[in-house]
Amino acid sequence: MNASMSALGKLVRTTAFKLSLAYLLIFTIFAFVGLGYVAWNAQRLLTNQFVSTIESEINSLSDQYRFGGLRRLVNIVERRSRAPGAMLYLVTTEAGERVAGNVGALPPGVIGRTGQFETLYNRTDETEARPDMAIVRVYLLPGGFRLLVGRDIEESRRLQEVIYRAFGYSLLFIVVLGCVGGWFITRRVLKRVDDMTEITRHIMAGDLGGRLTIAGTGDELDRLAQNLNDMLDRMGELMRGMQEVSDNIAHDLKTPLTRLRNKADEALRTASTPDELKSALEATIEESDNLIRIFNALLMIARLEAGNARDALADFDAAEAVRDVAELYDALAEEAGVSLDVSVEDDLPIHGSRELLGQAMANLLDNALKYGASTGAPQAISVSAQRNGGEVRIVVADRGPGIPEAERGRVLERFVRLETARSRPGFGLGLSLAAAVARLHGGSLLLEDNEPGLRVVLALPLKAIELPQAPLQSAA
Amino acid sequence: MRILIIEDDKEAASYLVKAFREAGHVADHAADGLDGYALAEEGDYDVLVVDRMLPKLDGLSLIRSLREQRVETPVLILSALGQVDDRVKGLRAGGDDYLPKPYAFSELLARVEVLSRRRASTPTTEPTVYRIADLELDRLSHRVTRSGQEIVLQPREFRLLEYLMKNANQVVTRTMLLEHVWDYHFDPQTNVIDVHVSRLRAKIDKGFDKPLIHTIRGAGYMVRVGQEGDEE
Repeated sequence: MNASMSALGKLVRTTAFKLSLAYLLIFTIFAFVGLGYVAWNAQRLLTNQFVSTIESEINSLSDQYRFGGLRRLVNIVERRSRAPGAMLYLVTTEAGERVAGNVGALPPGVIGRTGQFETLYNRTDETEARPDMAIVRVYLLPGGFRLLVGRDIEESRRLQEVIYRAFGYSLLFIVVLGCVGGWFITRRVLKRVDDMTEITRHIMAGDLGGRLTIAGTGDELDRLAQNLNDMLDRMGELMRGMQEVSDNIAHDLKTPLTRLRNKADEALRTASTPDELKSALEATIEESDNLIRIFNALLMIARLEAGNARDALADFDAAEAVRDVAELYDALAEEAGVSLDVSVEDDLPIHGSRELLGQAMANLLDNALKYGASTGAPQAISVSAQRNGGEVRIVVADRGPGIPEAERGRVLERFVRLETARSRPGFGLGLSLAAAVARLHGGSLLLEDNEPGLRVVLALPLKAIELPQAPLQSAA
Repeated sequence: MRILIIEDDKEAASYLVKAFREAGHVADHAADGLDGYALAEEGDYDVLVVDRMLPKLDGLSLIRSLREQRVETPVLILSALGQVDDRVKGLRAGGDDYLPKPYAFSELLARVEVLSRRRASTPTTEPTVYRIADLELDRLSHRVTRSGQEIVLQPREFRLLEYLMKNANQVVTRTMLLEHVWDYHFDPQTNVIDVHVSRLRAKIDKGFDKPLIHTIRGAGYMVRVGQEGDEE
C-alpha cells in the first residue's frame, strides 16, 4: 500500500505527468468552448426559424379573418390542422372555449396570455396523456376571438439533448484518453529514467564498466544517455591514466627510495671511519636530490596539463629562445665531440613561455646528446626552427639509433624508458615534459625518423596577426 | 650577516637557523607572518628568508607591506608551490630572489650571501671595472685583461665572468649562473654550466700561476685569490 502510494506520488511529481495534465486541461477547455458554441448556435437558429414561421402564419391567418370572417378562418385552420406535419393551431372564444384547431388540452390560463412563450400541450388526435413542449404565440383577433399558433419543439429539444450527450461523451473520451495516454507516456519515460538512475547508482557504487542503455530512438533521453556514457568513458580513461601514473610513480620512486634507505642502513652498519660515513652521507644526499628532481618534473608536468601555467604566458621570439638554448648546449656538445648545427629563421613570434620552451628544448638536447650516439659514424645533432604555415617547427634531430615506430607513442608517457636507455641516467620524464609544454602552447610534439636517428618536432602555433575584433558567430 | 627566517615549519626553521649559524651568520626565527613582519621592521637584518605560506599573514602580503613601509631589506622567497608563474608573482610582490622547495642548503646559502652583498652596492655605486688580483673586467668597454694582456671572450663568456666577478669571494651556484647569464630558471640537469665555466677557465687561468676561478664542491663556483679546492 505504502509502496504503491509512493509510486503514485513519484508519478504525480514527474514532468511527463504534469505536462499531460496541462494538455488535458487545455484540450478539455477547447472542446467545451467549441461544442458549446455549436450547440448554442444550433438552438438559436432553430428558435429564430420557429419564431418567424409562427409570425408569418399568424399574419396570414389574421388577414384571412379580416377578409373572410370567423368562418373562413375556421375552415383554413381546420384544413391546415389536418395536413401532415402540421403546426399547432387553436381558435377560441374570448372565454377560452375551443372553436377549431388541433390543440387539445392546454395548461389552465395559457390561452388567456398573449405574446410568445413556451408551454406544454396535447394534440386533439393524441390519446396518450403525456404532453409535449411547444413554442406558441397567442394573437387577439378583433371581435374577441383568440388565435394560437405554435410549433412543437420536442424535436429540437431532442436534438439539443443529442448534442449535449455528444458533448458529454466527447469530454469523457478526451479525459480518459488523455489520462491513459499521459499515464503510458509518463510510465515509459519514468521507466527509462528509473533505469538510468539504477545504472548510475551501480556505477557510483563502483561498477565503473556499467553503461546506460541506448533505446535507439534518438530522442532527448537517448542523447542524454549517450552524453553520460561518453562522460563515463572519459572519466574511466582519466582514472586509468591516474592509476597508471600513480603505479609508475610508486614504482619509480620506490626504487631510489629503497636505494637511499639501503645506503644509509649499510653505512650505519659497516662504516667505521668518519671518511666512510661522510661519503655514504654524500651518496644519500645525491639520491635525495634525484628524488627531488623527479618530484619537480612530475609536479611541473601535472601543472602544465592542468593548464595552471596559462597566466604566465607572454609574447616572445622563439628564434631567440631556440638560439639561446642551442648556445647553452653548444659547449657541452663540443666537449662530447658532437657537432651541433643550428639553423634558425629570424623573427618567430609566439605566445607562450620562453622559460618552458627553454626547458623543453633543454630536455630534447639532453636526450639527443645522451642517446644520439651511434657506433662508427661521427655524432651530429641539428637544431632548426622554421616557419611552416601558421606554425613554427622546431626540430631537434640526431643520428643515433632512433626510436622504433611502434614505441614512439609510448615514450611520450611518463616514466617510459626504452630498454636500451635503462643503463643511462634519466627518469623517463624529459619527453613527457616537452610534450606537455607543446600542448600548453596549443601545439604538438612529433617523433619522426631521421633515417637514421630521431627527429623530434615541436610544432607551435605562431602568434596570430592582430585582426580587428570580429564577433565569432558572424558567419551564421 | 644577520638573517631573519620567517617559516612556520618548526623543524625546517631550526634546521635553517642551525645551518646559517654554522656558516658563521646570525640567524633569528619568526614562526608566523605577523611576528616576522614586526621583527623585520624593527631589526636590522641583511636578508629575510620568507616562506610563502605562513599563518596570520602570508609571505607575499608580508613582503608587500614591508616594501610599502620602505623596508628595503633583500628578501628571498621560499615556496613549496611549483614553477613558472609563482616566481613571477613572488618577484612582483617585492621579493628579490625565489627558491622553490625542496632546495639544497648550499644553494640557499649562496643566494642569501649574494643578496646581502647586493644591499651594500646599489647600481650607482657598482664599479665600472671589476678587479681580482691581476684580472680586470671593464663593463663599459667590454674588455678583459689579465696582467695587462687582453683576453678575447664571447659575449656569453663575458657575461659569465662579469657575474662571477661581481660576486667575487662568494659562492655562485649553477642555477644562479643559468638564471643570470642565460635567464633560464630550470634545473640544469646535465653539466651544461660546468662546460661553459671550464671553457672560461681555460681562457682566464691557463698559463697563469694563480687560478682565479675555483670549483666549490657540492655548491658551485667562486672567483677569488686562493688555492684551488681549499674549501668545500
